[in-house]
Amino acid sequence: MYFLKLIFKNIFRAKLRTGLTILGLMIAILAFGLLQTVVDAFYAGSKSASASRMIMRNSVSIVFPMPISYRERIKGVDGVRAVTISNWFQGTYKERKNFFPQFAVDSENFFDLYPDFIVPAEDLLAFKRDRQGAAVGRKLAEQYGWKIGDVLPFSGTIYPGNWQFTVRAIFDGRDETTVVKQFYFHYDYLNEELKKKSPRRADQAGVFIIDVTDTSRIADIARAVDAEFKNSLAETLTETEKAFQLSFVQQSQTVVEAIRLVSFVVIIIIMAVVANTMAMTARERLSEYATLKALGFSSYFVAALIFGEALVLCLFGSGIGILLTVPAVILVSYTPLGNIFASFTLSQDTVALQAGSALVLALVASIVPSIKSARVKIVDGLRHVG
Amino acid sequence: MKIPFSYIFRNLWTRKLTTILTAAGMGLVVFVFAAVLMLDAGLKKTMVGTGSFDNVVMIRKGSETEIQSGVSREQASLVESMPNIARGPDGKPVVSKESLILISLNKKGQERGSNIVTRGVSPLGLTMRPQAKIIRGRLFREGSSEVIVGRNVNEQFDGAEIGQALRFGGRDWQIVGIFDAQKSAFDSEVWGDVEQLMQSFRRTSFSSVIAQLSRSDGFDKLVADVDDDIRLNLQTKREQIFYEDQSRALSTFITILGTVLSVIFSLGAMIGAAITMYSAVATRTGEIGTLRALGFRRPSILAAFLLESLLLAMVGGLAGLFFATFLQAITISTLNIQSFSQLAFSFVLTPKIIIQTILFSLLMGFIGGFLPAIKASRMKIVDSLRAA
Repeated sequence: MYFLKLIFKNIFRAKLRTGLTILGLMIAILAFGLLQTVVDAFYAGSKSASASRMIMRNSVSIVFPMPISYRERIKGVDGVRAVTISNWFQGTYKERKNFFPQFAVDSENFFDLYPDFIVPAEDLLAFKRDRQGAAVGRKLAEQYGWKIGDVLPFSGTIYPGNWQFTVRAIFDGRDETTVVKQFYFHYDYLNEELKKKSPRRADQAGVFIIDVTDTSRIADIARAVDAEFKNSLAETLTETEKAFQLSFVQQSQTVVEAIRLVSFVVIIIIMAVVANTMAMTARERLSEYATLKALGFSSYFVAALIFGEALVLCLFGSGIGILLTVPAVILVSYTPLGNIFASFTLSQDTVALQAGSALVLALVASIVPSIKSARVKIVDGLRHVG
Repeated sequence: MKIPFSYIFRNLWTRKLTTILTAAGMGLVVFVFAAVLMLDAGLKKTMVGTGSFDNVVMIRKGSETEIQSGVSREQASLVESMPNIARGPDGKPVVSKESLILISLNKKGQERGSNIVTRGVSPLGLTMRPQAKIIRGRLFREGSSEVIVGRNVNEQFDGAEIGQALRFGGRDWQIVGIFDAQKSAFDSEVWGDVEQLMQSFRRTSFSSVIAQLSRSDGFDKLVADVDDDIRLNLQTKREQIFYEDQSRALSTFITILGTVLSVIFSLGAMIGAAITMYSAVATRTGEIGTLRALGFRRPSILAAFLLESLLLAMVGGLAGLFFATFLQAITISTLNIQSFSQLAFSFVLTPKIIIQTILFSLLMGFIGGFLPAIKASRMKIVDSLRAA
């Protein structure tokens, strides 16, 4: 018990230095937590993606469509349970900065393939009945303050012209990780308009979403559907939804890796600060440590004293930092930065990493001073003046 | 009376471990700060270098990028006949009608594809981009399924070597040459014959029309002419501006992230400097008393400690800057959110960044050392002498 007491007494001897070090630790651990959350946010889409659904796209690249007639042929492949269409729309709602994903989907069976989304039955029916209806995710609706019945004007970028949708359904996610920031509307509405305006672009699907009967055969089924369209005008590439989502993250991988790297740099910076604090502390108290040794305490005791002090310091600073991360993440998720991402939430892994780095910080910061103080000869130590 | 500089320097020298740790912390912050500025400068240089001031890009109104746009053959020929557009020696308009597709290639060491712009260009399109030069192999032949690839595509992606073929649009496209476009965005592209490319994708309209102005100041007139013609549903931009706009989102992202990081990190480093300086003041209380007793005034004491902190920051700053210069050798390729394709750019160090970085480190030193220096200068002679 006296050991702990000694540590605490030591820590609060230089109040200012301790205070500043704890403040530094707090900021660093908070920054580390936020940066890790940003990295996680990049992967949010792929995390919530299903490994049992498949996405089929044009093999050249995602921007090329496929003829809608492929749908029937996909259905004919053994192991395919259902197929639906999804087209990336990318319209502008009022202002260009209002970015959120919009898809034209086959309203008839889209939500059947996505049990991840919970849509009230009567709303789903209302959505299906209104050709200009839209189904929007809960978070998106909250962000823009939409209610059922609201009429929303869009201007197209890929599909020129003005578009109008009426909110008919607002859906929730099955659990926390489900992303509910999407905007879905009728593929038929898009297609009918295209037939009038630019018929060459009509009857094309951006991607086909395929549900399979047996997930253990998913790779074989993917190969089988791709083989169906080999040597056609639009060759296809089918992969699981998870792999499809990951391919998007991979395109920005350099940025993601840079953020991850930088998040560790902040730990190294604070490591230098804490190591400095410990070095100064030990230097000032060298004669005290010598006294302890003269009284018969072992070198290990002195080393443990310094490590213990570093540990308490780091746990204290990091503890506050971790506690602050929780409200900070929530705060950021409401800013424009947080809105870019499908989901911006603090994961348990991040908290574990934060706590882990506190331990590493304490260990690294106390290594040199511990060894130095433990090794000091009693005579030299007693002679030493801070 | 000023306190000699050697006193200040020797104080840092005596406590090497503390000096190194504090300077290292600051150096890392400066490194991150410089890296972000360099990255943004590199991106801007790439985008500005991509466009020529006297070239204009026309895409369909309402679209934001060439990929989203469509320009019909009729519209394209109307543009060709406009005044204010330069004529070549043969009297033909200097116009390139281009078609863009995105293909998917695997970055070296990755299993999944990244989007690469493949640009179909008219014969004149090559002369309109004088920065692009073939460095290996030869140009593609008109009317053939041959392509040339930009330097970055060649270096950073699999299957982009001369003699290999890219498979898209139901054809194999032979790579016959590598071109270098002086670190512009074109280095991240694949170029081929526009008519062949459109045929293979059964396209009837171009993506964009690039035209050279006959006179640099004829831009406003051309914009007015295009806007007046109701058959032309096009927006016109100078090529330089067009490419700058294309990277705005990425640039903003880098700037915001970089600023936030620099501010947070510098807080940590400033705290480190403050701890060091407070401790320097505390351990040297007796010295301060002696100095004062010798006749050094309070401002001199203040200046000495402040200078010590600034020196510390300067050492850290220069070290950070030194290591940041090595970043210039690195070229990174990442997704440009707006054009939805890969864009390669490097870290670029400019004189302005050097000055900004040094000022930034001095500012950290000043803020970190200010309060301890004040504390030192306020000490009473008697008290401080007694404390020792």
